[in-house]
Amino acid sequence: MFSSAFELLFTGDPGLYRIIGLSLYVSLTATLIAALIGLPLGAFLALKEFRGRGAVIVLVNALMGMPPVVVGLAVFLLLSRSGPLGSLGILFTPRAMIIAQAILITPIIAALARQTIADLWLQYRDELAAMNVSTADGVATLLWDGRFSLLTALLAGFGRASAEVGAVIIVGGNIDGFTRTMTTAIALETSKGDLPLAIGLGTVLLLIVIAINALAWFIRRTGERMAGVA
Amino acid sequence: MLRLKHAFVTGVAALALALGQSAIAQDKSIVVASTTSTVDSGLFGHLLPLFKSKTGIDVRVVSQGTGQALDTGRRGDADVVFVHAKSQEEKFVADGFGVKRFAVMYNDFVLIGPKSDPAKVNSSKDIAAALVKIKNAGAPFISRGDKSGTHSAELRLWKIAGVDIAKDKGPWYRDIGQGMGAALNTASASNAYVLADRGTWLSFKNRGDLVISVEGDNRLFNQYGVMLVNPAKHAHVKKDLGQAFIDWLVSPEGQKAIADYKVNGEQLFFPNATVPGA
Amino acid sequence: MRSPESDLPLQFERIRHEAGNRLILDIGSLAIVNGPPTAIVGPNGAGKTTLLRIGMGLAAPTGGRVTWGGRENIPPSRRAFLFQRPVMLMRSAAGNVEYALAAARTPRSGRKQRVAELLALVGLSGFEDRPARRLSGGEQQRLALARALARDPEILFLDEPTASLDPAAAKSVEDVLRAVAGSGVKILISTHDLGTARRLAGDVVLLHRGRVIEHSPSGTFFSEPKTEEARRFQAGDLLL
Repeated sequence: MFSSAFELLFTGDPGLYRIIGLSLYVSLTATLIAALIGLPLGAFLALKEFRGRGAVIVLVNALMGMPPVVVGLAVFLLLSRSGPLGSLGILFTPRAMIIAQAILITPIIAALARQTIADLWLQYRDELAAMNVSTADGVATLLWDGRFSLLTALLAGFGRASAEVGAVIIVGGNIDGFTRTMTTAIALETSKGDLPLAIGLGTVLLLIVIAINALAWFIRRTGERMAGVA
Repeated sequence: MLRLKHAFVTGVAALALALGQSAIAQDKSIVVASTTSTVDSGLFGHLLPLFKSKTGIDVRVVSQGTGQALDTGRRGDADVVFVHAKSQEEKFVADGFGVKRFAVMYNDFVLIGPKSDPAKVNSSKDIAAALVKIKNAGAPFISRGDKSGTHSAELRLWKIAGVDIAKDKGPWYRDIGQGMGAALNTASASNAYVLADRGTWLSFKNRGDLVISVEGDNRLFNQYGVMLVNPAKHAHVKKDLGQAFIDWLVSPEGQKAIADYKVNGEQLFFPNATVPGA
Repeated sequence: MRSPESDLPLQFERIRHEAGNRLILDIGSLAIVNGPPTAIVGPNGAGKTTLLRIGMGLAAPTGGRVTWGGRENIPPSRRAFLFQRPVMLMRSAAGNVEYALAAARTPRSGRKQRVAELLALVGLSGFEDRPARRLSGGEQQRLALARALARDPEILFLDEPTASLDPAAAKSVEDVLRAVAGSGVKILISTHDLGTARRLAGDVVLLHRGRVIEHSPSGTFFSEPKTEEARRFQAGDLLL
């Protein structure tokens, strides 16, 4: 049953590799963008006290569970030619997919980063104050010293992005050779009734995600050992 | 500590550059909003490489189902619309969203059903009578329910059969709101009847116990049309490239390419661009 | 980059510090001047830690003021603090010391050298690449001391530095402190262990329930304490 997809994989079928490449490109780029926004946001929420902070934290935590189709629909309406950002002309392109996924996973990264940094801040607060460390340098220190937990947060974000299909299919259009990812290809092959191929693709996707997680776990373990955390 | 800030700025700049790059690659391409049958049957997989090698134009097909494809055209998110619901297409042009409707090809719908044939309609040539029998027997029937060309055809056929489906439907009538493939999967899994276009059926691989129950009735005729989205409504529409695609589809070369497409030796679509009134 | 003025004397003036509804400190006037180490002694809950934190500038008193060399509200660039339970950064031992040097804006060129010197001073030579969190309690205390000394402080505050150490570790820390004091750093150390105070301090402040009961030179405090509480405290009585 898995043979058709594995056949494609091992004979180096360019179509399959293009799909895998696009999936990784979209989800990794989305994770990077979400990290650039989510990590500082998480740090800000962890460190800066302001009125209504509790409500914002609750909101960010809740947005972790945003349904991908809802994000997809919202971004679609924004990027459609008839929508406010239509003149950008990026609907049905990989860029729209990256944007949708970045929006989807930023709350996850922000919420997990906030938790990590807040916990670390409790420990470090006095020491950093006693060393007269500036706010900016203090934030950088928290981010660096919390790097292992933050890496896990990024992985969680990447996992959510690479697994979803609702957002990318709406804003990407599942165009053959252009915006078709592993998840949208699986949806398509399923609807065409080619279940063996769909299952094969699903297995390949699973293996890739497991491999990435294993790599990250290994990096984390080695790093933690070196820093004496565990 | 300063190095961290440098890295951050460099990272953001690199990202901006990378994201900006993809804009350049968009040059010779059009977006076609199409019904699902042309994609799922593999027709576009056959046609588009021929078109590209002739003109160098990349055709990006968003496969959505007639209702959604027309909506995409209305919003200006596609350059060309290719669907199979003549009255809706004519309205699209009349409302000013499309420039002109061209007939391209036809195939037919077939009623698919389980081998066990609970409604006793297999091998019939009368779709209207068959539908009445299905309703009377309360045999399970899957409807696409998604404003697609096939869905419109299904509703039209119930009307011709004299059945007020909105009133007379019961638990035997399952409205799933999804595309042809999903409908066929559901029918296969629940041994139900479903109206399908022949092209998608021929390339569908998960048939289970399904067979063609009814075919050959001229009321099952299914015409495809193509339209350029009106640049007067959406200035950014790539009208020259889009028109080139339409011109090729109705040209003798394009029509022959359509006729040449076969699955298991069987022709799926029949070109009829030159037939008046198609 | 550091102003030439001194942070000494460290002057506490009419400090009344409240937290919640409790009065933690009620000090009329207390001056810490240059010279041998000053020990702040007293039972648990006397307010020793709070006094030290206010003296360092980590907390602002709710009433009264603190001045350093006659000036108020100046950043702690000439002061360093060793917490009772120091927190190691997730780096190597050398990394921790280097961090402190960087935070104190030490010029980059001499840093590596200085890290080696400081680690040698606290007896942690050879521990450079060890992950700091993997060190034992005593080793972490000494590393925290190296971090504090990296700031080249004028005043070094220590909050119960030997409280959780075994005698051998405590001795090595005390030896380092003696050397540091000898090099001209003013040490302000809180301890509930009279032995430590006796061995290290030049003058002793007895704190009880937030008040200064007695402030005397070491010799006087231990042989002829001026107050009844001091006498009872030294005798091992529980001051209530």
